[in-house]
Amino acid sequence: MNKIFLPVLLALTLSACGTTPDTQATVEDRTGATATTATAAPAGGAESTGLDGAGVAGSALPSDQYAGDPRKDPASPLSRRSVHFDFDSYVVKSEYRPMLEAHASYLQSKRDARVILQGNADERGSREYNLALGQKRAEAVRRALAVLGVSDAQMEAISFGEEKPRNEASSEDAYAENRRTDVVYADE
Amino acid sequence: MLRAVLFFPLFCLALLSAPFSARAAMEIQVIGGAASKISVAMVPFQAAPGQPEPTLARIAGDDLARSGQFTLVDVGGMPQPAAPAQVNYGVWRGKGADALVIGTVAALPGGRFEVRFYLLDVIKQTQLAAFSYSITAAQWRATAHQIADIVYEKLTGMPGAFSSRIAYVQKQGKRFELRVADADGQNPRTVVRSNEPVISPRFSPDGARVAYVSFEDKKPVVYAQSLRDGGRSKIAAFKGSNSAPAWAPDGRRLAVVLTRDQASQIYLINADGSGLTRLTRGGNLDTEPVFSPDGQTIYFTSDRGGSAQIYRVAAKGGEPQRVTFSGGYNVSPAISPDGRHLAYISREDGRFRVVLHELASGQTRVLTDTARDESPSFAPNGQAVLYATIQGGRGVLGTVSLDGKTRTRLSESGVDAREPAWGP
Repeated sequence: MNKIFLPVLLALTLSACGTTPDTQATVEDRTGATATTATAAPAGGAESTGLDGAGVAGSALPSDQYAGDPRKDPASPLSRRSVHFDFDSYVVKSEYRPMLEAHASYLQSKRDARVILQGNADERGSREYNLALGQKRAEAVRRALAVLGVSDAQMEAISFGEEKPRNEASSEDAYAENRRTDVVYADE
Repeated sequence: MLRAVLFFPLFCLALLSAPFSARAAMEIQVIGGAASKISVAMVPFQAAPGQPEPTLARIAGDDLARSGQFTLVDVGGMPQPAAPAQVNYGVWRGKGADALVIGTVAALPGGRFEVRFYLLDVIKQTQLAAFSYSITAAQWRATAHQIADIVYEKLTGMPGAFSSRIAYVQKQGKRFELRVADADGQNPRTVVRSNEPVISPRFSPDGARVAYVSFEDKKPVVYAQSLRDGGRSKIAAFKGSNSAPAWAPDGRRLAVVLTRDQASQIYLINADGSGLTRLTRGGNLDTEPVFSPDGQTIYFTSDRGGSAQIYRVAAKGGEPQRVTFSGGYNVSPAISPDGRHLAYISREDGRFRVVLHELASGQTRVLTDTARDESPSFAPNGQAVLYATIQGGRGVLGTVSLDGKTRTRLSESGVDAREPAWGP
């Protein structure tokens, strides 16, 4: 598994160090350690997670435990769809790497699947400028998935700007919730 | 109908009392008042049975007051001449009037009305203008705006803009409506209804079409729509986001912002959607293009310098030059019809306000005193700026004179109004 994944990680790390942040892929590695422990989700979308050290002798669940659409399996990182951003930032934080890896694997396994990356912005300032800021957030996730091997034909980055807020309040918490890119499959 | 709340300095209070019905449109706020104003008396025209409400003198008087360049003389208890021969100039001079507007309305067969009006110079005791119109009841307000335009032009030397229209987006619950209204906010007509957001309406230079961004296709797409028959087409629906339409002065092409080549960049496209060419390059964010009146220059917002600032670039392409330098957030440029001023939104101390920027000198003036202003656009005569702001937790539209001293509010209870654009 790591044989396949290491070059990707290298690419991610290199691009995070790029000198022109606006044009480079922006999956950011802030911990250093997570890169070596990241687990690629197997094709098919179900991910097994080790929970060692808790003294519980667990047994592996059968792989066909979740019978529905793997993208909807609450145990799978594929069910995670939102990438949140810091204020005035367009960098995908490292905590989203497992989620994006899972979506990249799924998209590579299903070449007819398409994702729409929907960027959003908080409500402060110009609507058109916020539309462009939302686009930057959508683009950041698109580039991260491209680095993970997803073909351009399977992705479209678009923006809703401040027009479709998940949280309609005018508070810092609401703004943080709305600075976001959602990964939405075209057939959903 | 747009509903009006009025707040005015004391000296105007008498004007606003009884005759202002709840449907009067404007809230007018005059700040300071140092500027010399023309004092005009709007005498109610001799009425015809069955004529529409409010009176022509009232509608035209509201127009003039809203401009900030006129003071309306209190005509209560004064004689009401209907023709020049009946005017006693001395009593009007005694009231401080510089000019007098009088007239008649007569009923014609078929529900029509004949309107005659006279504009008189009280000091020189001469007639400055006289017009007559044969109109339907549906043309009542338009006639009043034409009268106001004539009075404005004769007394200031500049064309009026009272017969122009505005477009804006109204949000009511989850419903969005793109509306076109008279410049005083009255007579609104809905031209687009959608359950998805609509932003950035822009009138074509001839006023016959409106371009806008609709999210009805689950992403932003630029449409153009005829205001005559409602027919519409997609101008830009490329992969990614399509937004920020701006008509060239010839009405044959538009600047739009596309993300088909990844970053938000400015492109030129013909009004039928053909002939796409890219104008700006690089991985930065470029948006909110607007053509200069001569069509040679495009002003736009970019983050290429590290913060949101306004730049200009030749419409035929070239290296952009930075226009705004102070502050960390200057967006949404609009250019005056004479090309001398920019209006834009500037953030300072967390407040977003309308700024007027003289291009030749670089001098700027903050025009508003609110905190969440957006979307400035100039009146067709360049004498006022229309913008959106937040008041009492909801979106309202306002105008402000170029000296910042006269502000008005268009308000309608229970709805959010935003994204205004002033058209021809």
